[in-house]
Amino acid sequence: MIEGTHEHKDETEEQIHIVSPRIYILIGATLLILTGTTAAVSFVELGPFNVVVALAIAVIKAMLVVLFFMHLRYSPRLTKLTAISGIFIFLGLISMTLADYISRAWGRW
Amino acid sequence: MSTATIVSLPDQSTARIPKVNFLTKENGLLSWLLTGDHKRIATLYLISITFFFFIGGALAALIRLQLLTPGAELMATDTYDKVFSMHGLIMVFFFLVPSVPATIGNFVIPIMVGAKDLALPKINLLSWYLYVIAGIMMIYTMSVGGVDTGWTFTTPLSTHYLNTHVVSAGLAVFVAGFSSIFTGLNFIVTIHKMRCPGMTWFRLPLFVWSNYAASVLMVLGTPVLAITLVLVVLERTLGIGVFDPAKGGDPLLFQHLFWFYSHPAVYIMILPGFGVISEVVSTFSRKRVFGYTAVAFSSVAIAVFGFFVWAHHMFIMGISNYSALVFSLLTMLVAVPSAIKIYNWAFTLYKGSITFETPMLYALGFMGLFTIGGLTGVFLGSTGTDIHLTETYFVVAHFHFVMVGGMLMSFLSGIHFWWPKWTGRMYPEKISQFAAVVTYIGFNLTFFPQFILGMLGMPRRYASYPPEFQVLNVFSTAGATVLGVGYLLPLLYLTWSLKYGAIAGENPWQATGLEWQIQSPPLTENFAETPIMDHEAYDYDWLERKQASEVASV
Ligand code: HEM
Ligand SMILES: [Cu+2]
Repeated sequence: MIEGTHEHKDETEEQIHIVSPRIYILIGATLLILTGTTAAVSFVELGPFNVVVALAIAVIKAMLVVLFFMHLRYSPRLTKLTAISGIFIFLGLISMTLADYISRAWGRW
Repeated sequence: MSTATIVSLPDQSTARIPKVNFLTKENGLLSWLLTGDHKRIATLYLISITFFFFIGGALAALIRLQLLTPGAELMATDTYDKVFSMHGLIMVFFFLVPSVPATIGNFVIPIMVGAKDLALPKINLLSWYLYVIAGIMMIYTMSVGGVDTGWTFTTPLSTHYLNTHVVSAGLAVFVAGFSSIFTGLNFIVTIHKMRCPGMTWFRLPLFVWSNYAASVLMVLGTPVLAITLVLVVLERTLGIGVFDPAKGGDPLLFQHLFWFYSHPAVYIMILPGFGVISEVVSTFSRKRVFGYTAVAFSSVAIAVFGFFVWAHHMFIMGISNYSALVFSLLTMLVAVPSAIKIYNWAFTLYKGSITFETPMLYALGFMGLFTIGGLTGVFLGSTGTDIHLTETYFVVAHFHFVMVGGMLMSFLSGIHFWWPKWTGRMYPEKISQFAAVVTYIGFNLTFFPQFILGMLGMPRRYASYPPEFQVLNVFSTAGATVLGVGYLLPLLYLTWSLKYGAIAGENPWQATGLEWQIQSPPLTENFAETPIMDHEAYDYDWLERKQASEVASV
């Protein structure tokens, strides 16, 4: 559908992109620091925010891995779309499930 | 007129099966077990799913026998629970999910897009091996005593109360899930990347579109099932507590996760069947499918909407009123694209020159039965009626109309349709038309009474029932015997035809798809040279011109 006109562009984009070792090391180090942060934060009492912080850090880490280590950042649009569709479906699952939990408290009509 | 047919076979006295084809290219067991050829893998899949179909069928026979009488005479009630659970698990995960995509899809999709093979042949083979491993795990589960959770692994039953083999059954389905993810992934990549020159998206046969939509569902939905089953296993073995209220978990969370996969899964099962029907209806009415783009996009619409209706399986389970309302409305929406397809096939028939070869008989059966199945789905999607009908035989009848009346009919339609291409030989027409009619009659006799039983309030999943329900249950069991004959016949005559069937030639149906323009059975590499698609799909004028020019040049 979205293809056709972008076909040519995709092909040129597809040329393998070489990521410099510097980037890899930088990202690797960031991941380690974030892991340390997660561990450290778990000792601080934040009430319900403990989970929020832990999940937020986990999401950032996952993004870094997907974008750089898995080369999504340098990939054709179709690959990006594929990754995004996964996230979209996941959000659908979470938000509509949570909508049920939240609205149960509203009681019956 | 009475024998109107489009079948045109080569002169049988001179015709031969081409010496070199994908079946004869290499010999020996290893050449099959290590093959990368999509057509051989499709053949392996066909044999394996047929095997599981007959195991599942035997279990179904036991269920119907038990229900012949009101009491629990044939087997103990807990044995009955195991029998229907294993029946559901095997039929859903080991037959219906792989049925059309892994066999027919595997065989024809690369040819339809004009490619030599799927994009990832080794992954394709891996997918079959995973299926076999999963199958062995399932047979192991069955032989050590089975599982009695129902095919839905309902918590807390599965996690806390049962002492049957939930873990091995869950893991078997987990592995089978990966096999279908790999199939889906392969199709997506192939359809995006391997189309031959001139094969634009809107020149693809509709079979490819519907398998594409099903593949998207497989890739996005199945991982959720896999994770959910792992959680069940962990809950059961380690007591991690996600589904256990005593530990802050919630059993309804399981339902959300399970149906988030399993509603799309019903479309994983039916969409490839839709594809078969589009091909068959067009071929046997000699017309382009009416509203090609509408049919193509309705597949995509089903794939998208299909993800947002899952809680219609949970209306009485304690979800909030507001959720029930929203999911009920969304459920109505998903029926629309299904209806679009039925209307478009009906319009394709209108003023077509219709002939009634076996694939077409099955396809017409599909249209009738799927319509009933889909419409009763709308009854169930309305919260009010669902409260009365849920967990009764009405639901059982609904999903058998769509899964057996819909999907199995289209599978058989497709198998007969592509059999000449696959094996190079025709199946015997008269007896197979007879089998198609027997299946249709048997099916209605088996499952229609179940709608009435459900309306009257007979619950599903019990080994016994009040005596006043017996008459309808006897009808149903009698119908199941007829249906059984309808399924055994193809097994027998298709096997027979492998040796004695008439030589089919390239294009016995005068069909337009690329797969019909090459030899039968095809070469291992499908095409001698890369084809160039220079016409629309289902262009019968193009076929006529092509055949005329071939005759002229001979
Ligand atoms: C056309 C639109 C469809 C609608 C609106 C629809 C709606 C529903 C609803 C509301 C239920 C829940 C009933 C209950 O448990 O109370 C249900 C159950 C079911 N449907 Fe459908 N359905 C549709 C098509 C299909 C198709 C195409 C399939 C399979 C190929 C299918 C397979 C099933 C199965 C297996 C169940 C029962 C699951 C279980 O509890 O064991 N449905 N359907
Ligand atoms: Cu559903």
